[in-house]
Amino acid sequence: MTLFIILAVLTVVSSLLVIFQRNVVHSAVALVAALFFIAVLFLTLDAPMIGILQVLVYAGAIMVLFLFVIMLLNPAALEPRQIPWWTLGSAAALLLVFLLMPALLNTVAPRQAAPAGPGFGSPELLGQTLFGSFVLPFEIASVLLLVAIIGAVVLAKKES
Amino acid sequence: MAPLNYYLVLSAVIFAIGVAGVIVRRNVIVILMSVELMLNAVNLTFLAFARSFGSMDGQVIVFFVMTVAAAEAVVGLAIIIALFRHRRSLDPREMQLLKW
Amino acid sequence: MRQFVDQLIQNGYFAGAPKELVYAGAMIVAALVVLSVFVAPLAGVTSWLERRVWARMQSRVGPNRVGPQGILQWLADGIKNLLKEDIIPASADKFLFSLAPYVVFVGFLSAFVVIPFGRELIVADLNIGILYLLAVTSVVVVGILMAGWSSNNKWSLLGGMRSAAQIVSYEIPAGLAVLTIVFVAGTLSTQGIIKGQGWAPWDWFLFYNPFTFVAFFLYFTAALAEGNRTPFDIPEAESELVAGYVTEYSGMRFLFFFFAEWGNLYVIGAVATILFLGGWHIPAIPALADQPILKGGLQFAVFFVKAYFWVFVAMWVRATLPRVRVDQLMSLCWKYMVPLSFVCVVGTAAWMLIWPQGNRPVSMAMFLLGVVILAMFSKRVGYQIRHARPVLYLRPYI
Repeated sequence: MTLFIILAVLTVVSSLLVIFQRNVVHSAVALVAALFFIAVLFLTLDAPMIGILQVLVYAGAIMVLFLFVIMLLNPAALEPRQIPWWTLGSAAALLLVFLLMPALLNTVAPRQAAPAGPGFGSPELLGQTLFGSFVLPFEIASVLLLVAIIGAVVLAKKES
Repeated sequence: MAPLNYYLVLSAVIFAIGVAGVIVRRNVIVILMSVELMLNAVNLTFLAFARSFGSMDGQVIVFFVMTVAAAEAVVGLAIIIALFRHRRSLDPREMQLLKW
Repeated sequence: MRQFVDQLIQNGYFAGAPKELVYAGAMIVAALVVLSVFVAPLAGVTSWLERRVWARMQSRVGPNRVGPQGILQWLADGIKNLLKEDIIPASADKFLFSLAPYVVFVGFLSAFVVIPFGRELIVADLNIGILYLLAVTSVVVVGILMAGWSSNNKWSLLGGMRSAAQIVSYEIPAGLAVLTIVFVAGTLSTQGIIKGQGWAPWDWFLFYNPFTFVAFFLYFTAALAEGNRTPFDIPEAESELVAGYVTEYSGMRFLFFFFAEWGNLYVIGAVATILFLGGWHIPAIPALADQPILKGGLQFAVFFVKAYFWVFVAMWVRATLPRVRVDQLMSLCWKYMVPLSFVCVVGTAAWMLIWPQGNRPVSMAMFLLGVVILAMFSKRVGYQIRHARPVLYLRPYI
């Protein structure tokens, strides 16, 4: 419980930093921190495999890609802060939280989960589920990745 | 372990922060990062429900969300690089012509 | 570890404090102990040994003034760097500039959590151990990019971006080589992988089939590249980029980067030992059966020597090979190592379909082949050393 509160505060603070920092690199580093804390939250939900994959995929690959593109383009100017948009954005976000809350809190899911079964969240069980009932989505995901690779190369290639 | 509701509230808050980021920021890269934040809030919900129901399906869905997020980031950043070459700017207001 | 802390809690220490905080505190204390007793001397002595070994290979003397044979040189260097002025460039991004060394350091240090030094000597035997190791080492890239960008120096930025591109690229062959072994062992846990092997060399996964043999060299090469070691040290190539992403660093922060680099060498050797070289396995000696401490010590010694041998090989490679160019580096990775590692993965999978229990005669034959190759190599090296004798005049106590 204490652990959850600490992690939740850290996650929310670093998420807020992502959108409040005017420097893009600072935003990206704050996002790395937020994703890391979310990975630890995954661990508290008995999903060690997913938590480690989160660090590996996000911190190791996606965020490196983001930082790489930021440094490649090197946008020097800090973006100006526009008060009307900030008011609108904050209002929309608050409204969204209030709209989501009743929907999320009226679930049929048990409020306090029973102790996890043996091997819950382990690589073995994840693999069995993945290659059992989810084998078709898995293959489609591999095609999606291939399409993404080719698309990225085509888009970012310099026109000769 | 904290009760399910705590995780749901937290993920709603993170999701809303992501939405606010998409609305208020004037930099496409940060907008893309806010989308990543929203995807992660959804992942947190999936895992909280998976834990609550004691079913592995939620974790597998998170696995797919990560795959899609990686693909989305790669293609999104490639589009940003291509746009930056033409417009010399990362401001989404410069990208309203809907053509190259 | 956990039982010990539980015991303390039950005995009434830390009364009233939340359990999780006590665990966190215990972990921090354990980390500090491991850091100061094992990792710091390890990285330090490695730095001294590396300079000594190069010096020998280049017919020089090397640091030999502080302590016997200069073995305390690393302490002197550490104290010197601690006392130096800590300079932050005026136009640097101060926060990220100060944070970057710690990110790199934490990424490297976290790897020690899952390294098993003996049957009981492991901090945490995670069931996702080897994946965890890959994940924490990939955090280092973020720190390197932060260092390169925040220095506000074009050499630093170039070095950081080269390093990030290199590490991300070489993670693929390294990860696929690890995957080959995960196939064979059927587990991601580091202890589980070691338990799948034996003390005898022909029981090691190195000689399991020809594909794992190739995977070992793929892993070692890719790991050297990930650790920014020569011949892949273009991110900090002195003749091109001053010192790459560490150009603007001084004093203790500078030391942190090199601390991570030297410590990382040992991690590379340890992972190679876990995956391919049988880890801590020792022959079953009846006399040791009821002496757990002696047995544990022997296992630790075996593991340490195996792992440190590869540190020595890395030094040897560094003293021998010239640096590659950026395009050569990338083409080596993407055009040769990635396809080859895919061949290893598919080949091992096919091998396991045909011989699910492994193929003993092939393992023995490969072991013999390995011995022959090693013998021929040693003969060659011995020949070279003998004929270099007039130049390389070795005196043990200079």
